[in-house]
Amino acid sequence: MDAPRNPIIEFRRICHSYAKPSGEPLVVLEDINSALREGEILGLLGRSGSGKSTFLRIAAGLIKPTSGELLYRGAPLSGPSEGITVAFQTFALYPWLSVLENVEAGLDALRLPRAEMRRRAESAIDLIGLDGFQSAYPRELSGGMRQRVGFARAIVADPIALLMDEPFSALDVLTAETLRTDFLDLWIGHTLPLKTVLLVTHNIEEAVLLCDRILIISSNPGRICAEIPISLAHPRDRLGDEFRGIVDEIYSTLTLRSLETIRGHGQSPGGLALPLPRASVNKISGLLETMAAPPYAGHAELSQLARTLALEIDDLFPIADALHILGFAELTGGALKLTAAGRVFAQSATDERKRLLKEHLLRYVPLASHIHRVLEEREEHWAPHLRFKTELEDHLTRQEAERTLGVVIGWARYAELFGYDARLRRFMSTIG
Amino acid sequence: MLIGGVWRQRLPNWRDLAAIILVMAVLGFIATAGRQSVAPWAAAQQPAISLSPAALPLYASRTTARMLAALIASLLFTFVYATLAAKSRRAETVLIPLLDVLQSVPILGYLSFTVVFFVSLFPGNALGLELAAIFAIFTSQAWNMAFSFYQSLKTIPHDLDEASRSFRSSGWQRFWRLEVPFAMPGLIWNMMMSMSGGWFFVVASEAISVGDIQYTLPGVGSYVARAIQERDLGAVGWAIGTMTITIIIYDQLLFRPVVAWADKFRFEQTAAASVPRSWVLNLFRRSNLLRLVGRPLGTGLHVAANARLQLPSLPVHLRRGPLLRRLADVAWYGLVLALIGYCLLSLVRFVGSALSWRDVAEAFSNGALTLVRVAILIIIATLIWVPIGVSVGLRPKLAEKVQPIAQFLAAFPANVLFPLAVFLIVRFNLAPRIWLSPLMIMGTQWYILFNVIAGATAYPSDFREAAASFRIRPLRWWRYVMLPGVFPYYVTGAITASGGAWNASIVSEAVSWGPTKLDGSGLGAYIARMTQAGDYSRIALGIAVMSFLVITMNRLLWRPLYRYAERRTRLD
Repeated sequence: MDAPRNPIIEFRRICHSYAKPSGEPLVVLEDINSALREGEILGLLGRSGSGKSTFLRIAAGLIKPTSGELLYRGAPLSGPSEGITVAFQTFALYPWLSVLENVEAGLDALRLPRAEMRRRAESAIDLIGLDGFQSAYPRELSGGMRQRVGFARAIVADPIALLMDEPFSALDVLTAETLRTDFLDLWIGHTLPLKTVLLVTHNIEEAVLLCDRILIISSNPGRICAEIPISLAHPRDRLGDEFRGIVDEIYSTLTLRSLETIRGHGQSPGGLALPLPRASVNKISGLLETMAAPPYAGHAELSQLARTLALEIDDLFPIADALHILGFAELTGGALKLTAAGRVFAQSATDERKRLLKEHLLRYVPLASHIHRVLEEREEHWAPHLRFKTELEDHLTRQEAERTLGVVIGWARYAELFGYDARLRRFMSTIG
Repeated sequence: MLIGGVWRQRLPNWRDLAAIILVMAVLGFIATAGRQSVAPWAAAQQPAISLSPAALPLYASRTTARMLAALIASLLFTFVYATLAAKSRRAETVLIPLLDVLQSVPILGYLSFTVVFFVSLFPGNALGLELAAIFAIFTSQAWNMAFSFYQSLKTIPHDLDEASRSFRSSGWQRFWRLEVPFAMPGLIWNMMMSMSGGWFFVVASEAISVGDIQYTLPGVGSYVARAIQERDLGAVGWAIGTMTITIIIYDQLLFRPVVAWADKFRFEQTAAASVPRSWVLNLFRRSNLLRLVGRPLGTGLHVAANARLQLPSLPVHLRRGPLLRRLADVAWYGLVLALIGYCLLSLVRFVGSALSWRDVAEAFSNGALTLVRVAILIIIATLIWVPIGVSVGLRPKLAEKVQPIAQFLAAFPANVLFPLAVFLIVRFNLAPRIWLSPLMIMGTQWYILFNVIAGATAYPSDFREAAASFRIRPLRWWRYVMLPGVFPYYVTGAITASGGAWNASIVSEAVSWGPTKLDGSGLGAYIARMTQAGDYSRIALGIAVMSFLVITMNRLLWRPLYRYAERRTRLD
């Protein structure tokens, strides 16, 4: 690598938090120091809820950070500014405007004469491969074509920095690949005055395929926990050793973060602070069965699982975390290894699975055993939802508490450990 | 017709004409029948209305009882009428256009007809009057509810229907197990939307004079009428307070629990972001005593819903015959045509004997005046409430607070407030032709406000962020970004507002304050005048012209506008 290039958008000690209903702040981003540099595509990779979208919106000037300094070409940035544009995950095209009008909306702030506006919009449409679609309305277009309009709108004003918020994640696999390649061609060919690109994504391979540098962002609070430079030449070979090596490295980093979270929360008083990952019993069973069968035979690289099962990290990691928490598998490095109990579970019939899950819930999930004990001790054998929710909210955010309770209800219902009446919002003992 | 904010409509127009003829003819029949038997009613036995505030709780409870009775009647009507229309192809071709016209007929216009009719049914008895009042409320909600139920029945997902057929459920079982639950959310939404009309009409129908006879029922409406006669502004204030409390109690004790309960019928299987809750419902569910009492009731309903009632059906070989079906069609449509022809004839005779073309011209010129008023008022209300609604809707916290207030204001019967405005007009000697007009939209403008708020709240945040990121300038932001997005919601609100304004014109274009009478002229004043004079043929003419104008406005303006708005904002 040569000397660090010019920063275009620079984050200095940026923190961002929202006020929780209780009044205490919910920290989304903590102490972010980073920059989008000239000539690079910067990837921002993290699991859902890690604050990567907030990162992008701060860079775009759409959100004002709670504290810290944000510089755009050396000067403080205090709102959406000329030279920075955004491409949205949902495309955010106005359905009542035609393709041409949508693209022209990107030029509105420049106050150009009518004819000039039309000319520039037409040339952006042409460049992005939308010729012939000018008068179409977004509803008439396929997802891929819609995102092309999103791109055309984002580049029409000749931005210096383009911020892309999971731009390919709403598209099917084939369309996404075409758009990635087309985008890369534009970038490498220097057809645009574009100097830097931010790509927010949760797709590891996509990040390795496109980016020159990847920042991995951890959840709760969002921090940059790893920086991975990628110097592979374009076009990159997804099956090449170096490519796979980087992908595996990223999986290891993410696994490590996962384990730290589980361990960190597990040590809190009573272990109640452990947020449970959204993984249904069916998904847990499915992954256990897959791993017990050949070719894995109890041991699998996460990257390989993700590829063969076509799972994104937001699908795979919650299940892997759940297996680890429940003691059915062990996360180490970038791999998942079945425990003895995990093997037994995979090979058993329903009744045995229920018994095994019940046993493991009591042993490894403090929240499940806590609810169970409370229900046993209470004379009437039931307890309101609110009781446990308030208890959890001492440690977790409101959403995490809701999700965690939902997950534990799903697991406990399957294991017949305790029941839940959604109408009365109360937990009840199965023996009561 | 609006279901959950969505307007569905697709009907050819010749049916409307036929339906108008039918409706008008029936009104004519009722009126003639009523006129002949109106004599037995003794005007002397009218109950005296006390202006003491202490009497108000009793009056309010009588008014509320009428609302409840009408609600039950509307439900029964809905189940029968809509089911018939949805299940029978032949009935559908008649019932649905009829419904469409019925909901455009100004209810207050035919109040005089129905009062006379029901009173003549129970001579010398207050029951007739009660029924007339209940019927007025009924007409303000039944059409909407029936339409909603019919639409739901028509849109039951195929797989659900097939599942219940594969369980070999009887028609009766299917009705209670599948069709009613599926239609429930839309039905309840429509019930709530019709509520404001209900309060308005119950107030209007409690005190009415047809010809020389004054009909009075004890209730908040007659209390207000008496207060107007006595020029007692304080009593009007008491009535407003009572109405406010009544509506809040009604909402808390009836609608909130029903909405929270009906949440379980939502068809979407994903969890809603915010689940409607009701403290009353929770109380009921958690109270052991109430559950104990409720259990036998629940069991009874369960058994009733499970009864394998099945209509005897024709043998298969008869049902399948194409010839037979063709014959039945011919017979049915022949019958319908004959009925319409007969109605047309007797209508011409009824009207022709008493009316000249001059009357028609007069009614239409009055109608034009009211049309201009409605148009101007809608424009003014739009200019005021759309910007306010958008700015409120874009601030979620504020919207949460404002929205219930707007809904309450929409439900509040504006005619209870009329005396205040009339008092001011009389006091400052304002021109009634101009200053009476705003009364028409006083109650219904809130529909525009709360629909626009709902639209702005639902506006995708990505669209706003994109606009912010591309730094779209303020004027163009309104023109290209915001307004098209809330437009369908606005149209929904404006349709309700304009429909309500037409109806309100009958009680707001001609008003009185003690002995002082104000006449703003216009079609509403025309109908009101004819009602006072007891001139049935001209009342009928006035209603016909108003229905014609409302239907025309719906067909030529609102429907195309709604379709256009909906088409433009759709993404798929």
